[in-house]
Amino acid sequence: MGGLTVRAMLLRMINGASLQVREPATSVAPVNAIRRVPTWALQWSAAAGTLAIVEVLSRSGVLTEHIPPPTAVIGALADAVSNLAVWSRIADTMMSWAGGLLIAITVGVPTGMLIGSSQRVYGSLRLVIEFLRPIPPIAVLPLAVLLYGSGIQMKIYLVAFSAFWIVLFQTLYGVRDVDPVARDTVRAYGLKRSDQFRRVVLPSAAFYIATGLRLAAAVGLIVTIATELIVGSSGIGYAINQERFAGNAAAMYALVVIAGLIGVAVGAGLRVLERRVLHWHSAHRKGENS
Amino acid sequence: MLEVQHLSKTYGSGEAAVRVVDDLTFTVKEGEFVCIVGPSGCGKTTLLKMISGLMPATSGEASFDGELIAGVPETLALVFQEYTRSLLPWLTVSENIALPIKKKHKREDCERLTREALHAVGLDSFSDHYPWQLSGGMQQRVAIARALAYHPKVLLMDEPFASVDAQTRSDLEDLMLGLRAQFGITVVLVTHDIDESVYLADRVVVLGPSPTRVVEIVDINLPQPRDQITTKELHEFANLRGHVMRLIKQRVDSRNGAATLS
Repeated sequence: MGGLTVRAMLLRMINGASLQVREPATSVAPVNAIRRVPTWALQWSAAAGTLAIVEVLSRSGVLTEHIPPPTAVIGALADAVSNLAVWSRIADTMMSWAGGLLIAITVGVPTGMLIGSSQRVYGSLRLVIEFLRPIPPIAVLPLAVLLYGSGIQMKIYLVAFSAFWIVLFQTLYGVRDVDPVARDTVRAYGLKRSDQFRRVVLPSAAFYIATGLRLAAAVGLIVTIATELIVGSSGIGYAINQERFAGNAAAMYALVVIAGLIGVAVGAGLRVLERRVLHWHSAHRKGENS
Repeated sequence: MLEVQHLSKTYGSGEAAVRVVDDLTFTVKEGEFVCIVGPSGCGKTTLLKMISGLMPATSGEASFDGELIAGVPETLALVFQEYTRSLLPWLTVSENIALPIKKKHKREDCERLTREALHAVGLDSFSDHYPWQLSGGMQQRVAIARALAYHPKVLLMDEPFASVDAQTRSDLEDLMLGLRAQFGITVVLVTHDIDESVYLADRVVVLGPSPTRVVEIVDINLPQPRDQITTKELHEFANLRGHVMRLIKQRVDSRNGAATLS
């Protein structure tokens, strides 16, 4: 049955709407057939359809020359992937992004735990944190350039700055959201404070921290590429600018696609990791008794 | 062994102060099964938290074997109503049971205690499951096993069967009676269910509405072992049940009456 559905879906993709027009007699059947098509198939056909429309509009000259046809972008993408220089740009971006994230986590998680585990410390620092947090990372860019020049250090600093607040707040919330019944239970059983922390607070906060990690990773990538675009430090963002100056719209979009793919891959990777580590969490449970 | 004397608790201070527990005095003897029953919102949970050392009393004292309870005593085990929240979802059944005793015993002893406790509650084959893979009644059994493995002198239970269905509830009640007969543990069980308190207890401490005082301590001289059908058919059971119910109803009515008048 699955095979049939996929075949029906493929037919529909090839023939488009005409298939339905040609079958007015069995009007009920195609509707049911569409319902039987799995969601992922519909999603992919929607994506393919969108690309096809852009292709047609671009080739027919309706769009400006700055928007190349997708097939040209795919071609440029193939060129880019086989180009060692492009890989070195990707490596530059990834390194500053990963470095910044690593700093944000190693500083943000312990800081969040420290602040979050004491009501008094949290209360007194709240004002400072609430003031510093909403500062857009890009606004600190001039300071970062002053401090670290325009190299990788500066990018790492900015990524760390932007990711830090996200990780800090998620950790704070996680530590403060430990179930009071669970807390009372281990207290009543006389677990030492250090064991309470390791056995209850840390695992409780893990889900929040994981969410913070995913958010921070996404924001970190944005900040990295934005910084490269603005300051011109080596990386995908800089390469995009170069292609723009050279007037290679297709090559430029190929790099944009690469940046997007990196984001998707990192997000998916983190989600897989999370599902593995936090398999017990209600969001990932298998075989739960309801 | 457990003595509660003039225990009281007031939340807040000044104008906003709310006196929840007014004056409680009662004792629990070794090996006894005592149920504390009272109308809802009468501060039963507050009482248990004070006895278990989780919350300081405003005045009065609770002592255990002659020693004042200041912090959390090592010899008490707690079973909460909310088993889903009191069992840690990231630990398996046996890990949950072993957690409180890990630092106190050698590894083999810890494993043996865990196995024995699981056997006592009839969950031998579920040690590697996660709590959330089990039914509500089974989860509460795990929480009871965790308390048993701890080998407490007193087992405190806070509305332990209030979140399970009626059938499971009577199963768990009988499980508790069986464990008590088997191990001779001292149990203090807080409940709002009058039938349950009379069925389980050797003595029932009846509490009035908040601010709580002890209304009466009722001796339950029903024959042992108890049975869900024959015990509850006894004339004596109906009398005791009626007596406790009347005690609570009178207090609640008189307080509500006073409230309407004032």
